[in-house]
Amino acid sequence: MVSKAKRLVTGGIGALALLPLIHAIAAEPAAQPEGWNLLNMPKGVTSVSQNVYDIHMVVIWICVWIGVAVFGVMFYSMFAHRKSRGHQPANFHESTKVELAWTIIPALILIVMAFPATKSLKHLYDTSEADLDIKITGSQWKWRYDYLGKDVGFMSQLATSQASIYGTAPKTEFYLEEVTEPLVIPVGKKVRLLMTATDVIHSWWVPDLAVKRDAIPGFVNETWARVDKPGIYRGRCAELCGKDHAFMPIVVNAVPEAEFNTWLAKKQSEAVALRALTEKTFTRDELMTKGEAVFAHTCAGCHGATGEGIPGVFPALKGSKIALGPVAGHLNIVVNGKSGTAMQAFGAQLSEVDLAAVITYERNAWGNKSEDNIVQPVDVFKVKKGQ
Amino acid sequence: MAHGPAKGIGRWLRATNHKDIGTMYLWFSFTMFLLGGFFAMVIRAELFEPGMQIVKPEFFNQMTTMHGLIMVFGAIMPVFVGLANWMIPMMIGAPDMALPRLNNLSFWILPFGFSLLASTLFMPGGGPNFGWTFYAPLSTTYAPPTVNFFIFGIHIIGASSIMGSINIIATILNLRAPGMTLMKMPLFVWTWLITAFLLIAVMPVLAGAVTMMLMDINFGTSFFNAAGGGDPVLFQHVFWFFGHPEVYIIIIPAFGVISAIIPTFSRKPLFGYSSMVYATAAIAFLSFIVWAHHMFTVGMPLAGELYFMYATMLIAVPTGVKVFNWITTMFRGAITYETPMLFAIAFVILFTIGGFTGLMLAIAPADIQYQDSYFVVAHFHYVMVAGALFSSTAAVYYWIPKWTGRMYNEAMGKVHFWVSFVAFNVTFFPQHFLGLAGMPRRYADYSLQFADWNMVSSIGAFAYGASQLLFLYNVIATIVAGRKISDPKVWEGAEGLEWTVPTPAPYHTFSTPPAFK
Repeated sequence: MVSKAKRLVTGGIGALALLPLIHAIAAEPAAQPEGWNLLNMPKGVTSVSQNVYDIHMVVIWICVWIGVAVFGVMFYSMFAHRKSRGHQPANFHESTKVELAWTIIPALILIVMAFPATKSLKHLYDTSEADLDIKITGSQWKWRYDYLGKDVGFMSQLATSQASIYGTAPKTEFYLEEVTEPLVIPVGKKVRLLMTATDVIHSWWVPDLAVKRDAIPGFVNETWARVDKPGIYRGRCAELCGKDHAFMPIVVNAVPEAEFNTWLAKKQSEAVALRALTEKTFTRDELMTKGEAVFAHTCAGCHGATGEGIPGVFPALKGSKIALGPVAGHLNIVVNGKSGTAMQAFGAQLSEVDLAAVITYERNAWGNKSEDNIVQPVDVFKVKKGQ
Repeated sequence: MAHGPAKGIGRWLRATNHKDIGTMYLWFSFTMFLLGGFFAMVIRAELFEPGMQIVKPEFFNQMTTMHGLIMVFGAIMPVFVGLANWMIPMMIGAPDMALPRLNNLSFWILPFGFSLLASTLFMPGGGPNFGWTFYAPLSTTYAPPTVNFFIFGIHIIGASSIMGSINIIATILNLRAPGMTLMKMPLFVWTWLITAFLLIAVMPVLAGAVTMMLMDINFGTSFFNAAGGGDPVLFQHVFWFFGHPEVYIIIIPAFGVISAIIPTFSRKPLFGYSSMVYATAAIAFLSFIVWAHHMFTVGMPLAGELYFMYATMLIAVPTGVKVFNWITTMFRGAITYETPMLFAIAFVILFTIGGFTGLMLAIAPADIQYQDSYFVVAHFHYVMVAGALFSSTAAVYYWIPKWTGRMYNEAMGKVHFWVSFVAFNVTFFPQHFLGLAGMPRRYADYSLQFADWNMVSSIGAFAYGASQLLFLYNVIATIVAGRKISDPKVWEGAEGLEWTVPTPAPYHTFSTPPAFK
């Protein structure tokens, strides 16, 4: 491709308007392109992404050559057939032969393009015989990853601070590209990704994997990836999903299989330990400290850092009827959500301990003082089980 | 015959004259263009560097949504209706539009529709924030309460478009000068005839989509609500069944404008007139059967994906024919470069680049990477701004001497062109890079590797915005104090009935049908 680019640039006629494009293509993509080197699609680390990249380049080159030919004629004419050079206009205005030629030739070029595109698409759609199934659930504005049949699942959301976003703290290297917990997958294994959503439509996009698939409430979409190279790959939500659409990044950590198995075992034992904690009785201070942290990354996005909400859009919690009222109502709305609104069913997203902590926090923070103001994990457990 | 315009405001409120109504459409459109442009400036200012500086994310989403809605429905669609009003009767030798009172109504409901829409920005909860494509359930279950105003605004705008289209079809089919057969009509008239049929076909579909939203939001139905047994993807199918023809509704009249301007300044007849007509009709037909190429990541079955890929690729054929015809029209002409011609040539170049990226987007496996990224933003601004907007700007420069009897300032026009051309490319070319490298559209903030090109894009956008004020100044200066001209044929190479009436065009033209050979 590079040699082609050189030939084109050196031998190029009338390609002036296309120079930026040629520049874009001639530059070899760096490992992590940024700044002025950020010009092209990454080749990526899966067979699909390589495939897509190749088709992308073939089509670009076809377009460039057509552009050089067509604009070449046009620029020649613009220069040579100027009235100011005394050029007398001809009067020809139709030719069926010419019209047929420039109908049939482009059609043939399109047919040539259609073959690799069809092959690539078939490959992309082949989700059979996966080694591992991961369910990806989009919610406003975070992802949940469930390793099906492995008893492991967790939320993954933006780790960049609000201070950094609003300029009161510096922006670090992975600004808006860092998450609380990345998706971990084994290298060399075919991972089937099952996408769904709980509220609005999201879209899970990791360019290096050439995976972009909409996560739609009520649907389970499937696609797949087999990553060949260990590494950290970053992506984003690609479908407008509300206020914090730009703030729900994706981080995929592809690790060797042995490392993956160790990680999985660790997550499984953590899950067991967390369930054991459900029976423990916490002190008010323990719950408040934990609750503040949970609130900051789970609730503050809508209800505000100090529970003030966004007038007309998201209700305030400070002085709210629910936070001051009976605990059953508070538990119900947090665990089960409120249908028809952006209030999600957090019972499916947070552990009993986290839920107990955050509800306790909401009932005690910002001057909220309701009568029975401590909630224990076991109370949450009962609500979840419908008791 | 000797009966001029009414005095005072009544002339405009009760206008039935196609020229007055055309003028109102053009000014309305320009006002909306400035409003939508202001929203774009807010967007680009916020994206000037990483981090949130100027607005909050929820307001940013209202800006992107309103920018899209105002530009598509308020600026670009009305500008071509304005041109149709002014030019179609004069091009076909008709005394006026066929249905003058309907014409008045279709214009005058527009300001109300857009007031309804824009007023939501000042209401609690803010304006529409779900993108101009308003995908459910973000636009239904999760929408701000003002969504009902948005829905009624769309209904009004749609009604206006349908009435305008009926009028245009009735005018073209019934009021042509004797001897002007369909295949002798100017291409601008042809493109509008085809566009009007597209509008009548798809505006009711849009009305259906927003009505289903209205039912879901207020009356407990579940068309698009999965929890109630509905289907969020159904919304996208209905929307794009409207939406894809809609983008051709925007661009097809632009083809007509370019097909008028290029022959004039090449002093040579349009090459391949009949193939132009057939290509336009083919594009219009294809527009109905390719809609789901906007939905390649939605999880369609492989067969559906392949069908929509093949069908979409086919559009390149008739579109190519048009571009080849324009270039062959210029070939061996005697070309001069007045401002309308400059904009027309820029249209051909930039629209073709937009066509190339369109072809790339049609390739479904590659579209997995392009979909919903800034690559798409770059693509559709190459066809919407450099396509529709450049052509309507060219049209204003081309016909304003006929409308006003005064010549615009050519030097200022050329400055306007060059600043627009350079600034447009500075704004939108880098967005190809951003999209390919992974920046999604509708992002209020972005990670650091995208910072440089975003800053370039913002600088270009500010320059582009500023250059449009120069255009406004030039137009006003022309109307108020431009050099007076009286030659009916303003441009040496111009052909057609509109150049046979006096300059400026009298209030009533062709009260008796002209002779047409």
